[in-house]
Amino acid sequence: MRRRLGFVVAWVTGLALVLAGCSGQAKDTSGGHVPANSLVIGATAEPPTLDPTKNNAAAIPQVLLYNVYETLVRVDSSGNLHGLLAQEWQVSPDRRTYTFRLDPAATFASGRRLTATDVKWSFDRIKSPDTSSVLRTQMAVVQDVQAKDPSTLVVSLKRPSNSWLWNMSSTAGIVIDSQAAGDLAATPAGSGPYLVNEWTKGSQVVLARNPKYWATPPRVENVTFRYFSDATAMNSAMLSGDLNVISNVQAPQALDRFSDPEKYTVLQGTTNGEVVLGMNNRNKALSDPRVRQALTYAIDRKALLDSVWAGKGTLIGSMVPPTDPWYEDLSGAYPYDPAKAKQLLKEAGYESGLTLRMRLPTLAYAKGAGQFIQSQLAAVGVTVVIDELEFPARWIDVVMRQSDYDLTIVAHVEPRDMVNFADPEYYWHYDSAEFRRLMAAADAGTPQEYIDDQRVAARVLSRDAAADWLFLLPNLVVTTPNVSGINANATSLSFDVTKASVGS
Amino acid sequence: MPPRVPLSVPLRLLQRLGVFVASVVVASLLVFLVASALPGNVAQVVLGVQATPEAVARLEQEFGLDRPWPVRYGAWFAGLLRFDLGRSYLTGQPVLDQVLPRLGVTSWLVGLAMVLALLVAVPLGMWAAVRRRHADGFLASALSQVGLAVPSFWLGILASLVFAVQLGWFPANGYVPLSAGFGPWARHLVLPVVALSAVQSAVLARYVRSATVEVLHEDYYRTARAGGWRTVQALLRHGLRNMSLSVVTVVGLQLATLLAGAIIIESVFALPGLGRLLLDAVAQRDLMVVQGVVLLLVVAVLAINALVDMSYALLDPRLRIERGQVR
Repeated sequence: MRRRLGFVVAWVTGLALVLAGCSGQAKDTSGGHVPANSLVIGATAEPPTLDPTKNNAAAIPQVLLYNVYETLVRVDSSGNLHGLLAQEWQVSPDRRTYTFRLDPAATFASGRRLTATDVKWSFDRIKSPDTSSVLRTQMAVVQDVQAKDPSTLVVSLKRPSNSWLWNMSSTAGIVIDSQAAGDLAATPAGSGPYLVNEWTKGSQVVLARNPKYWATPPRVENVTFRYFSDATAMNSAMLSGDLNVISNVQAPQALDRFSDPEKYTVLQGTTNGEVVLGMNNRNKALSDPRVRQALTYAIDRKALLDSVWAGKGTLIGSMVPPTDPWYEDLSGAYPYDPAKAKQLLKEAGYESGLTLRMRLPTLAYAKGAGQFIQSQLAAVGVTVVIDELEFPARWIDVVMRQSDYDLTIVAHVEPRDMVNFADPEYYWHYDSAEFRRLMAAADAGTPQEYIDDQRVAARVLSRDAAADWLFLLPNLVVTTPNVSGINANATSLSFDVTKASVGS
Repeated sequence: MPPRVPLSVPLRLLQRLGVFVASVVVASLLVFLVASALPGNVAQVVLGVQATPEAVARLEQEFGLDRPWPVRYGAWFAGLLRFDLGRSYLTGQPVLDQVLPRLGVTSWLVGLAMVLALLVAVPLGMWAAVRRRHADGFLASALSQVGLAVPSFWLGILASLVFAVQLGWFPANGYVPLSAGFGPWARHLVLPVVALSAVQSAVLARYVRSATVEVLHEDYYRTARAGGWRTVQALLRHGLRNMSLSVVTVVGLQLATLLAGAIIIESVFALPGLGRLLLDAVAQRDLMVVQGVVLLLVVAVLAINALVDMSYALLDPRLRIERGQVR
């Protein structure tokens, strides 16, 4: 008996020693914690490749735009354009020719001077049919790019286009070092203040300060983007001190865990992510504006936001986030009014009821909002049948490509994507000559006309209830209190760390 | 009918190898067909919500997805013969280069979890068998029952919250390679390994218990006891080897479920292993990567089973003697 006990004791001690050996001097090592003057940022999706022209994934510009790659112009946190590589630019009176004067100091990370020839090479690369760039449509309006001299770039457009200049502030406008472009999928070659130092696939991308940066050097030395497919894991990493930034909290309900202001700073801003209740305008019932308006009246969006997204986010009422210059608050256009909804459905001939198939992507906000809407529409006699499609592959295939749906919910995160409503073939199939005319006029007009026409166009969408804009996704950034210089508003696709700093 | 001539050892190994190769070939076709049957495709995912049908068609052509499936399978299979798993649609890099760094993470996770499960399950199961009519033995049985019911991902989240967030003993998640030092590497693996091994320990403990109970009724055990051996001595000396046959079979089967469990644990602990790679590749419809990883897992499971078969001969001397040699 004693021998047996001895054996057990020895075994337990051995196991404990193994585990203790693993844990090492757990408490006093800072191995798992953020090193000095560094940012370790938690993010959700890892870039599938580091070439922003080959894949539309938002995770690529999140890391690379402005931090590693620079553009002629950039967008600030209030949505305005400023020069970045371009010191200034002139637009010809017919608005078809843009002349950019490049900053003569600009150099690539390799140390080589960035000239107009490099910009031309980068733009042509996206335009060329041989490169299969996912961004080609954004460059389609370009007739010709000329490098007049090392500092002067002339771009002629086929027709005037305000949106082209805007697009040049995003991934389509990045300037690539043509001499170092051998393996852009793994080795970016830009002119930004950071270099990609290391990419551990499945885990993290590490940026290091570019020692040869041509403008004001950034303050933070190393920036690590760490990727988590599981939101709980990301929160745990933040709570245990392995991160000092969460780029965007995925479940707003989790914000409670960061409520201690001594330990955490929470930034709440806006994004470009309009959560759209898409209505297939080719469905017989939904082709009637009265039915779409009825559905819009029948949904209490304030209550939906409170229940689904913890009240974080903005009610918008059209396809425009508050950081666009033509924004106006249209969220009051369809106040919650089930009686009015029933009246409109009766007028449209659906007094006896209507059944619609809602096909949701497998995303948290979509599922929550879908169930909420299902119960609210039931109250006005509309039966909603929900099924879920794996996102992105299945949802894109079934809803976007085949338009096999009546209702769906997805966030459209690209900046200035109201223009999608101008394409009757796009999955909403909203077909309005008036809207198309306004969007075309806006694109061709002066900067003021651009703003005015876009504003009217947004009103048209709201009036026609082309879709129902449930809410705008919030930008919820959590940092430790010593981190500053990170924008609350996400106006571009970049998680911009160029102005960030970390106190001691 | 002539008497069946028993095969010699090299021939038996050759036969075993032939079965293995045939299984891999069949598996490669199945893996390819299942992957191809997934709805949606990589071109649409790459282009995202702004895609036009023309752009999708062009990209499909560039990826070679417009070719009929037998052609695509043929090209892929021809590559396999040269140990070339093809190139990822998304990154253009060889699949093998993506897989190898991840293989290490998953191998450590699964291997260590199996070892830990054995370390826990063998004593626990034997204890539960020997003391099955006592409260403590019953408790050990009950413990393994509870272990069976606990999902590993839940245990992982809980362990992370308690031991990383609350107590700060271990990192909450993440991974550092062994080359960065033994301490940091091991610290990152403790919680995932424990979480993954818990269910396996419970399953194994139950097998060990029933195998031990059988041994306790065997004549040789009773003889050993009667000869003055103590319980533990007798079990270790005579019981363990006899139990090991059934336990090794279960371990072989369990390794396959451990690989599946690793996929979830890698997500919970943000480990850059094969499971994460597979999940991401499926979501992106990067079928080259999906096929490569799944085939690799299939080969691993087949290889483990083959090893288990061969180990019987090591464990049981009776199986080593060929029929013709029996005297």
